[in-house]
Amino acid sequence: MTFAELRDFIVARFGADIIVSEKADNLQPYLVLQTERLPDVCLELHDNPQTYFDFLSCLTGIDNGSASGTMEVVYHLYSIPYDHHLMLKVQVPRNIEGESIPSVPTVSHIWLTADWQEREVFDLLGIYFTNHPDMRRILCAADWEGHPLRKDYQLQDYYHGIKVPYDNHNENSGFRGEPVQLTTHNQPFTDKRQKPE
Amino acid sequence: MDKTGEGGIVITKLDDLLNWARLTSLFPMGFGLACCAIEMMGAYASGYDLDRFGIIPRASPRQSDVMIVAGTVTFKMADRVRRLYEQMPEPRYVISMGSCSNCGGPYWEHGYHVVKGVDRIIPVDVYVPGCPPRPEALIGGFLKLQEIIRKETIREPRAVQQIMASRAQQLNQPVADADKAIEEPASHS
Repeated sequence: MTFAELRDFIVARFGADIIVSEKADNLQPYLVLQTERLPDVCLELHDNPQTYFDFLSCLTGIDNGSASGTMEVVYHLYSIPYDHHLMLKVQVPRNIEGESIPSVPTVSHIWLTADWQEREVFDLLGIYFTNHPDMRRILCAADWEGHPLRKDYQLQDYYHGIKVPYDNHNENSGFRGEPVQLTTHNQPFTDKRQKPE
Repeated sequence: MDKTGEGGIVITKLDDLLNWARLTSLFPMGFGLACCAIEMMGAYASGYDLDRFGIIPRASPRQSDVMIVAGTVTFKMADRVRRLYEQMPEPRYVISMGSCSNCGGPYWEHGYHVVKGVDRIIPVDVYVPGCPPRPEALIGGFLKLQEIIRKETIREPRAVQQIMASRAQQLNQPVADADKAIEEPASHS
């Protein structure tokens, strides 16, 4: 099925208002769906013998930055028997300091691979997946602070008494420095490949 | 000994005997973290054969003399590395193998998850540079460690020197050996 056919397939079953926006002229055309109805659409796309999207190729979280105030989760679906693709997106508001993190319904009951991928998105970007069976960090330590792939992420200063940032590394580790002795003077690069000023 | 006709008696200093025994049977802990561990395994294997230096990996920190930190130390692993080090009996040594465990390596600036040098957790005796170091470089690190051990003496054990140096540092008093002693990282106290 082509992208237009898949779009009509979804509209015929769930109504036109389920598609928030779409971009058909993209290299990978995509549909932005209503966040709370995403699992229904995914289940239908997975189960229906016409579409049979049996493979969730990739699940990605995106932080669009504090200026746009949105975050996205992108689903790349693939049907192995029919060899057709579909890219779905949902968009959620980005929380600011003090607010609770945005949440998206899980699809891990449809594709089991989404279990760990959603945990990774939660760990690195701070998007909660409701009804997920095991929503906890997967890569960072369990007591890590913050979500590292957020655009405004700030490193914590100490983790279990270990200094986290690199700054003043040598001073802190007791390295007193070695005298630097150059054997020759630095010659300017005279190769032909040198860029003209 | 009989061939030399010297009666089978060797006279040596106890220091030298102990140091010789230690430096020719350095048992590292069988422990690797990342791609450096592949080079370490290459060094153990028949091609480079660390056995000929008496270096045989042990399965337990209780039986080990030296820890080779071979690879990227993440913050998640840092607590485990520190605990393994604390489980090793004295005298114990640490070889930091590769850029990642020396200083954070390619993750030094933007790697939120990497400890910028294993010397932030445990004291390091020998740093082996490289990304990853070749087995020859690791063997070179072991030879350097053997040089360190060869200079040790039971009258002034390193552990005591370190404690003296850290105490002197706390009291802000200069000590003759303070430069030589390896400083305890702040996380230990």
